[in-house]
Amino acid sequence: MSSIKELARLMKELEDQLVVCMRCGLCQAVCPLFAETGREADVARGKLALLDGLAQEILKNPQGVQDHLNRCLLCGSCAANCPSGVKVLDIFLKARAILAGYMGLSPWKKIIFRSFLSKPDWFNRVLAWGARFQGIFIKPVDDLLGSSCSRFMSPLLADRHFKPLAPVPWHQQVRELDTPAGAANLTVAFFVGCLIDKIFPQVGEAVLAVLEHHGVGVHLPAGQGCCGIPALSSGDTRTFRDLVRHNLKLLDDPAHPCDYLITACATCSSTIRKLWPLMMQEAGPAEQERIAALAARTLDISQFLVDKVGVTPASAAAGEEGRITVTYHDPCHLKKSLGVAVQPRILLKANPQYVLKEMAESDWCCGCGGSFNLQHYETSAAIGKRKMKNIARSHCQVVATGCPACMLHITDMLSQAKMRVMVKHAVEIYAEALTRTARPGWEGGSPHDRQLGGRE
Amino acid sequence: MITDSLVKDFQRLLGADQVFLQEADRLTYAYDAAVLEPVLPALVVRPKSTELLGRVVQMCNDNNLPVTVRGAGTNLSGGTIPRPGGVVVLTNALNHILEINEGDLYAVVQPGVITAKLAQAVEARGLFYPPDPGSMAVSTLGGNVAENAGGLRGLKYGVTLDYVMGLTFFSAAGETVKTGSRTVKCVTGYNLTGLLVGSEGTLGVISEIILKLIPLPQARKAMMATFANVAAASETVAAIIAHRIVPATLEFLDNFTIRTVEDYSHAGLPVEAAALLLIEVDGHPAVVAEEAEKVEAICRQQGATEVHTAKDDAERDRVWSARRAALSALAKLKPTVVLEDATVPRSKIPAMVRAIEEISTRFALPIGTFGHAGDGNLHPTILTDRRNEEEWHRVEAAIDAIFDAALGFGGTLSGEHGIGMAKARFMEKEVGPGTILYSKRIKAALDPKNILNPGKGIGA
Repeated sequence: MSSIKELARLMKELEDQLVVCMRCGLCQAVCPLFAETGREADVARGKLALLDGLAQEILKNPQGVQDHLNRCLLCGSCAANCPSGVKVLDIFLKARAILAGYMGLSPWKKIIFRSFLSKPDWFNRVLAWGARFQGIFIKPVDDLLGSSCSRFMSPLLADRHFKPLAPVPWHQQVRELDTPAGAANLTVAFFVGCLIDKIFPQVGEAVLAVLEHHGVGVHLPAGQGCCGIPALSSGDTRTFRDLVRHNLKLLDDPAHPCDYLITACATCSSTIRKLWPLMMQEAGPAEQERIAALAARTLDISQFLVDKVGVTPASAAAGEEGRITVTYHDPCHLKKSLGVAVQPRILLKANPQYVLKEMAESDWCCGCGGSFNLQHYETSAAIGKRKMKNIARSHCQVVATGCPACMLHITDMLSQAKMRVMVKHAVEIYAEALTRTARPGWEGGSPHDRQLGGRE
Repeated sequence: MITDSLVKDFQRLLGADQVFLQEADRLTYAYDAAVLEPVLPALVVRPKSTELLGRVVQMCNDNNLPVTVRGAGTNLSGGTIPRPGGVVVLTNALNHILEINEGDLYAVVQPGVITAKLAQAVEARGLFYPPDPGSMAVSTLGGNVAENAGGLRGLKYGVTLDYVMGLTFFSAAGETVKTGSRTVKCVTGYNLTGLLVGSEGTLGVISEIILKLIPLPQARKAMMATFANVAAASETVAAIIAHRIVPATLEFLDNFTIRTVEDYSHAGLPVEAAALLLIEVDGHPAVVAEEAEKVEAICRQQGATEVHTAKDDAERDRVWSARRAALSALAKLKPTVVLEDATVPRSKIPAMVRAIEEISTRFALPIGTFGHAGDGNLHPTILTDRRNEEEWHRVEAAIDAIFDAALGFGGTLSGEHGIGMAKARFMEKEVGPGTILYSKRIKAALDPKNILNPGKGIGA
């Protein structure tokens, strides 16, 4: 461990951003974590003060600061509502990298990130084995939600009601794809993301169905890796950079020029769009330019469909009778990070079989926060319960969202509360409308027993 | 001095998870929203009942530990910055609305209730708690009472003091003191409520508050008037009141603020205007309609170049978004924002605005001025970078000059932010040595060990 003076010097690099916080405390009103704990160290103002404390050498114990800094969902609610425009997430991610560099990465994170996540091929093989044998350790608890829980006492799984690994991950259903542009005269590269690939392949299927319907050409390269956010949020910039470079090669391929890069994962979208350029500043100018250009043309699927393809709400069916009620949860990484909130709702309204009913606090974080859920499950669940109650009060049959991480956590919360509410991605609901007209008789059905057939 | 055994006593009393000992935890209670250096407390505690709050005060008194009570830590004068080696007592676990009485029009709350939560709760029942400090989304009512917080509606509805019907608080020794009642009239004993409101935590620790409620106005109408010079805007304020109309809000934005807000929000504000007045009248629908018409006519008579009346809630929201964005927009220009609240009699606003412009030029500092024109409470906002030592000296000199100007016009150092640590040294200038001495005698009599938020409010 190097000296505390050295750490202070590194922290001083953040000083220009740290001084922007005027300590007004208004972040307390929107922080989902602070709402549960009431502790200043859990809210952005407190964490910024701690980083300032390190830079000014007021603090002597960096471990305490790191512990507090890691207790954050990275939801960006504070940044989105900050009167002074403090770039809270930029600061936190850079500070996590500095602290991880100074204190060292924990051994288990080192194994997970460096041995698995950064090697997409190997990571996929390990998880394929996991999918085959998971039945030994877990049992289904809710057929509608498709959730499972641990068969035995397990410190890792705790009380979670989680979605099991898909029997056949997406990359085995559709290894790669190259279709020419049709009616839309647009071609997109499709970045799948880990959770859609391994847990929600039906979302990937819906994306392809929708793109095919609109005549959008698709470039789906094989061998895609993780977008890098789990590594980055733990301060492991090395793994993050390896993953960015790995994916960049596949997604920005001169042999396959694309108008846009799309994802159906809010977190992947905001990571590629915002964090790839931000955290790859040590790259050469040519590479930086490539990253910036790719980031600038990265869109969430709903954004692409509404803003570029021109999907509009279906003409309103008469009354609500017989229609499925759906409520929408705004993923933080879509609404607060990218300002995308209208488009997913338009996708829902584009299916005349559904009627959208807003829940209260639709943009309050669900509490997942990726790695936060693994490290602070109790708090994550406490925040999730607030979301669950708002979903319950909406009295809807389906809750839709735009992020598979939110889908996982919301499923867990609903399943534990024994609530029979289906969790779907907005693009799945839109795809149902299209398949109904294109392939009569196909009802959407249970996603688990559906096979793509013929695509591979 | 905090000893290990004392820490154990606190842990036994409150539960170990409500006593924060770690350096990192303590640092997050070392500051508030004032531009002052943080001071690390020795201990931070969070009692979960009023009884425990009383015990904490008593323990601190027995052990000569300075106590700084903290709600949301949003105050702008350093009132919640602790003493070195002191104890910070958090009230945010005491956050229950105990009663909302629709028949007798009052609410009883614990000190940690968030201002906006009470406002929403009473509004849901057609009632109104008017004080609306800028931080109301997070500020606590205990903090509002201790600082006598104001807000945008001061002109018509008054400030926090005007709504406090009664208090229960702990003396320095931990005895329970009750003042006021649930009745409209109450002359039983000294008016200790008046003494406690605005005392910045120096005379007692508030545990329960009885707040007056009023019926929610049925209608409201907002308008925006544009002026080519500040004097015309200010004379308009005087003319409106001379016509026996008291708007709920009467806000002022100077040219610098208008331009900054427009650059930030592109709302279509008139960037050439010397001043904007944002006016809202509320009350019975018929009265509101009549008053809005009159106000519009007065604005035109006084030379407003444009008057826009909001036709619906969406338009009203657009009018107010300009005011809401003022501080945010200014704050984004420079790293450090010094938000002052020197206040002058209403009629002296043009003179005060001129004085601030002169100070801005003299010290070569950008100063945006906006605020509550109706009650003379302006917010000259100095934009700077506290890391620039030379510039910071100029900022301090400019603050002195702003205070001198306000006092010269018969005004006061602080309309709503309080004295705290930030303005303590200027107190004597305004009130004279006799007042300081008198206040210090009260403090010494009520808090002989000087444990209650020492150093705040009454000058060092």
